[in-house]
Amino acid sequence: MEDKNLTNFSLEDSNYITTITKKYQKRKRYQPQDLTKLRAFIPGIIQKIYVVRGQEVRRGQPILVLEAMKMKNDVFSPVDAKVKEIKVKVGEAVAKDQILVEFEL
Amino acid sequence: MIRKLLDFFFAKKSQVVESEKVAKEKQQKQGKLTARERIEKIVDPGSFHEWDMFVQQASTDLGLDKKFLPRDGVITGTASIMGHPICIYAQDFSVAGGSLGLAHARKITKIMDHAIKLGVPIIGINDSGGARIQEGVNSLAGYGEIFYRNTKASGVIPQISIILGPCAGGAVYSPALTDFVFVVDKISKMFITGPEVIKTVLGEEITMEELGGARVQAEISGNAHFFAESEEECFEQVKKLVTFIPWNNRKKADTFPPKPPKVDYKISSIIPEDPRQPYDVRDVIKALVDDSDFFEIMQHFAPNVVIGFARMNGETIGIVANQPLVLAGVLDVDSSDKAARFIRFCDAFNIPLLTLVDIPGYLPGVDQEHSGVIRHGAKILYAYSEATVPKITVIMRKAYGGGYIAMCSRHLGADFVFAWPMAEIAVMGPEGAANIIYKNEIANSPNPEETRRQKVQEYIEKFANPFVAASNGYIDAVIEPDETRKYVLHSLFIARNKEEQTLPKKHGIPPF
Repeated sequence: MEDKNLTNFSLEDSNYITTITKKYQKRKRYQPQDLTKLRAFIPGIIQKIYVVRGQEVRRGQPILVLEAMKMKNDVFSPVDAKVKEIKVKVGEAVAKDQILVEFEL
Repeated sequence: MIRKLLDFFFAKKSQVVESEKVAKEKQQKQGKLTARERIEKIVDPGSFHEWDMFVQQASTDLGLDKKFLPRDGVITGTASIMGHPICIYAQDFSVAGGSLGLAHARKITKIMDHAIKLGVPIIGINDSGGARIQEGVNSLAGYGEIFYRNTKASGVIPQISIILGPCAGGAVYSPALTDFVFVVDKISKMFITGPEVIKTVLGEEITMEELGGARVQAEISGNAHFFAESEEECFEQVKKLVTFIPWNNRKKADTFPPKPPKVDYKISSIIPEDPRQPYDVRDVIKALVDDSDFFEIMQHFAPNVVIGFARMNGETIGIVANQPLVLAGVLDVDSSDKAARFIRFCDAFNIPLLTLVDIPGYLPGVDQEHSGVIRHGAKILYAYSEATVPKITVIMRKAYGGGYIAMCSRHLGADFVFAWPMAEIAVMGPEGAANIIYKNEIANSPNPEETRRQKVQEYIEKFANPFVAASNGYIDAVIEPDETRKYVLHSLFIARNKEEQTLPKKHGIPPF
């Protein structure tokens, strides 16, 4: 339920005295995509790694295979870049959002 | 001969009734009432007539032939609530976990068909572990046939779902298709995939309560419309709801003896002079409606808009109001969904709509835009424009921009639009407007802050009143706040026999 504390709430340059809901406070703040980091979109296991450190890759090129929910997912490079570091090994279990590969743009 | 037959049925019946003792033990352990007790506590004493007591499981596969599943795990029948006829069913968790087999589903669809044909509300009490695995696809067929009837009955008879136990997987979609969902703290649990699956697949750990407990459904997801601390409190809410709504879409809700609002609510003493100061719009509602009795719906979800039923001159009305006390009363994704669905319910069931406007606009933000505030906000426009019941609008203070249009403006077909003298109908607030219109003057001024202040003041004096809108005929009358009830009552009286023809079509395609 709402926070009973009255607070200032600014909208199109006007200030209103009101309360803020918990859901509004906890809303997801926008974060621009960081193209230098390839993250796991789902938890799973690394089945294969196609690239090596220092390799030049093109946008859309398969980087590795992440197996999750019995599906082998090819994970592609979001960007033309050089592989700066590979943070995982084949067979490794990864959590959601874990960094898999770092790129140098 | 008759004696012999009676004895036979008496023996059969007592076998079923006997099983209720086991049910009581099992349910009590979980702090729950039995299916039978629940029905008896909701309906008028002695009014319940049970159907299909002797139905048993349809399948004999996988050991089901050796089990006695009384009533196949669901009690169905007819009854009355506060004198209103209803059809009702209650799943019995003590029988095979309330699991839904083919016979169980057929009992439910039979009572639903009956409710649709006879034009009475259907109430479903859900307490079930889900599909009966042993019955395979027949169990899924059962769910599908329930959903089909929920959809066919939508807008024809009121449909009420009470969640009093687990309701998971496919089972949640029947409540989701119905008009009102009731949940009880610590007892109700709803989700599509449970904590176990989420943990295995996503590695996210969460308890059942945090995932889909009553509070979550009432506050966060908006799947539930009513939240109660106990089953008894929930049943009182159900009874009260039934008195506000008609039996079906061909009828009007029952009328009650008219009562004036309580004297402690006086609009002019509720509204602060400073338009930036909040007030609880529910106090304004209480100052307007019979006996100051406002039956709020979805109290805990998107509280920046308030919806609910009340009576005026003894007749049910639906109220939609911006709530300045929460997020300044903006419309956003959640509040748009909440208001739009309620408007459509009222329209389907011949309940006039009263809209109380005090809105600074739509909520800005990346999260809002990315969650589709355009599509969700459009639902309100659709719902109000589509509604043909009497529509009465009172602009109390702010009515800015898209919010002005959305809140049942004249342009969306309002039958009566009133404004209080302090109403501000404008494209945006004075500060924002002055900053845009006088951008250059402010920037080039030797004293920008002073110029800004002056321009804001000029704008307020010129536009922060209902005169421009009134001179264009967009509002019908400027009224004193304390006279609002009088005007609304008169409007309801004039609009009593409103009939509006709509263009022939199969159905509209509202933004979902």
